[in-house]
Amino acid sequence: MKMTRIFAAAIAALGFAGTTLAAEGEQYPPKEHHWHQDGPFGTYDRQAVQRGYQVYQEVCASCHSMDLMRFRNLAQRGGPFEEEAFPNPNDNPIVMQIAASYTRVWDRDEINDDGDPVERAGLPSDPFPAPFPNVQMARASNGGAYPPDLSLIVKARTGGENYIYSLLTGYYDAPEDSHLAPGMYYNPYFAGGAIAMAPPLAEGIIEYADGTEATVEQMAEDVTTFLSWAGDPHMETRKQMGVMVLLFLLIFAILVYLAYRQVWANVKH
Amino acid sequence: MSGPSTYNPSTGIEKWLDERLPIIRLGYDSFVDFPTPRNLNYWWTFGGILAVFLMIQIVSGIVLAMHYVAHEDYAFDSVQRITRDVPFGWLIQSMHANGASFFFVAVYLHMFRGLYYGSYKAPREILWILGVVIYLLMMATGFMGYVLPWGQMSYWGAMVITNLIGALPFVGDALREWLWGGFSVGQSTLNRFFSLHYLLPFVIAAVVGLHIWALHVPGNGNPVGLETRKGKDNKKDTLPFHPYYTVKDGFAIIVYLMVFATFVFFLPTVLGHADNYIEANPLVTPAHIVPEWYYLPFYAILRAITFDIGPIDAKLGGVLAMFGAIGILFVLPWLDTSKVRSMRYRPLTRWFFLFFVVAALGLGWCGAVNPDDYVLGIEGFKFLYLGQFLTFYYFAYFIVILPLMGIIEKPKERPASIEAAVLGSDKA
Repeated sequence: MKMTRIFAAAIAALGFAGTTLAAEGEQYPPKEHHWHQDGPFGTYDRQAVQRGYQVYQEVCASCHSMDLMRFRNLAQRGGPFEEEAFPNPNDNPIVMQIAASYTRVWDRDEINDDGDPVERAGLPSDPFPAPFPNVQMARASNGGAYPPDLSLIVKARTGGENYIYSLLTGYYDAPEDSHLAPGMYYNPYFAGGAIAMAPPLAEGIIEYADGTEATVEQMAEDVTTFLSWAGDPHMETRKQMGVMVLLFLLIFAILVYLAYRQVWANVKH
Repeated sequence: MSGPSTYNPSTGIEKWLDERLPIIRLGYDSFVDFPTPRNLNYWWTFGGILAVFLMIQIVSGIVLAMHYVAHEDYAFDSVQRITRDVPFGWLIQSMHANGASFFFVAVYLHMFRGLYYGSYKAPREILWILGVVIYLLMMATGFMGYVLPWGQMSYWGAMVITNLIGALPFVGDALREWLWGGFSVGQSTLNRFFSLHYLLPFVIAAVVGLHIWALHVPGNGNPVGLETRKGKDNKKDTLPFHPYYTVKDGFAIIVYLMVFATFVFFLPTVLGHADNYIEANPLVTPAHIVPEWYYLPFYAILRAITFDIGPIDAKLGGVLAMFGAIGILFVLPWLDTSKVRSMRYRPLTRWFFLFFVVAALGLGWCGAVNPDDYVLGIEGFKFLYLGQFLTFYYFAYFIVILPLMGIIEKPKERPASIEAAVLGSDKA
């Protein structure tokens, strides 16, 4: 059948890409971790999102793009650098400063009077700069593996935050009977157990601006929180509105139910 | 509609309009004074719920279409832009995506209601068939809508389903290319799916109009399955639609909206698939291609046929079985030979019906998993075998059990009228 053929083709394709181990190691289920944003009233831990952005900026961003993000998103409602004094996120000084720290050609269609692309400091409306101009160059620089875009990574992986956290903290010494290809690392939380990403986090590789101790677990938790926010930036607004909508519907339902009892009171049915 | 019109235009403007376009009379006779059996239970509220969800889908969909870009390079990002930058876009997108699921939940409950209470029997065959037409249109609309976000599951789901057309003998390949507008799922496929996804809901709305028309000729069925009496006794069996059923339907609609809101605001992504947050990539096939949950039972039937039947190979057999599973609903009114409508009075068939519901849910389960996995970890008992057994039962219910039961089953005694049923069973 078609399905079986597609399935077989997929397995074969994975095999040729060299990303699967001879399946000795089963994939571990993600670790159970508590998240500040869990539950119907959960909110993002603002400090963790700020620290997580620092981890992304200083560690992840050298290989991973976040194409859907603009600098201004960092200052919008619910964002890590939101400030009441600046309702328009484009005016936020922290974000203006972050954006201005990158100088490059932002848009090939933005040209000067001579017809050359303009190189300039970034503005809050500019996107997070991508580390590679195209997929081929990204692969060539990473041993053939393509570092996925992280804008939606928490939503795009079964297990969400727990999966990302487990992956970042899940590098172990390879079992002796595994046959790791050169350039691959053992991580049992990753399907197949062999991942092309070198362990990205190590104790103290960054110095947190707020003085928090930069352990591997701390950085993994922070960057996962940041990525979770980036994938679902309106979550807090959504939950707040949800509570109000449900309360409204509940009261409405009670009133209509009472009306129903009243209307049907003297009717046999 | 049924019975003479009781509308009495009271103001001058109503009289003037009534002589030219009696639209208020139509509305009054259909939704205010319409005589409705007095014993309808909450299973009868799903018609109203479905009407509300059709409107939710159309209104939210029109707004989404104002921001969506039907281009293979921009479709994925444009949906993300809607949820990030369009004011309340996250809300409208979540309502539309989850609304589809809740539309299908309601339509399945509505259909099971019809199967249990014999709503498809004479004189309501056309009403039932129009319902099956609406259901088919919903399946097509839902499928094409799921392709539009252009994620991995969108793309590969479209690939698997359109490839089914290729299984048809002789014309399959040509038909599939005609459908794709090319030699694979691509830009032209996305563009035409967007066009049809915008069109079909209005076709659904038109068929819903016919569905309600066909309903209002014989009037509603009801849990005891007796027709309302004509003439003087009609008032004893019925109540005017308004206010009795407007308020009852209204209450049910609000409760259903509460469940819907819980998903829209607190669980917006649980009914979706993680892979659809990865942009479509023709070069990378997801490990498991799974359709939306509301197609899973039919997906399981498709995969259950793994053997050739005479000249029909397994692939074509699966496709025929899958479409046959819906097609058989069209002839259901003539397969059920029993004169008794409601399962309340059919002691044997009622058990077969309950197992039919279990089989439908079980098929959904089989459709969601890898057919080579073992059911509950029981060695050797593959989901494939469970799916094949349940597929067999699905068809046997319509082809063998219903025709046979009408002949051998002895129905329980039924009340003389709806009025008698109401007085006998319920003192409230």
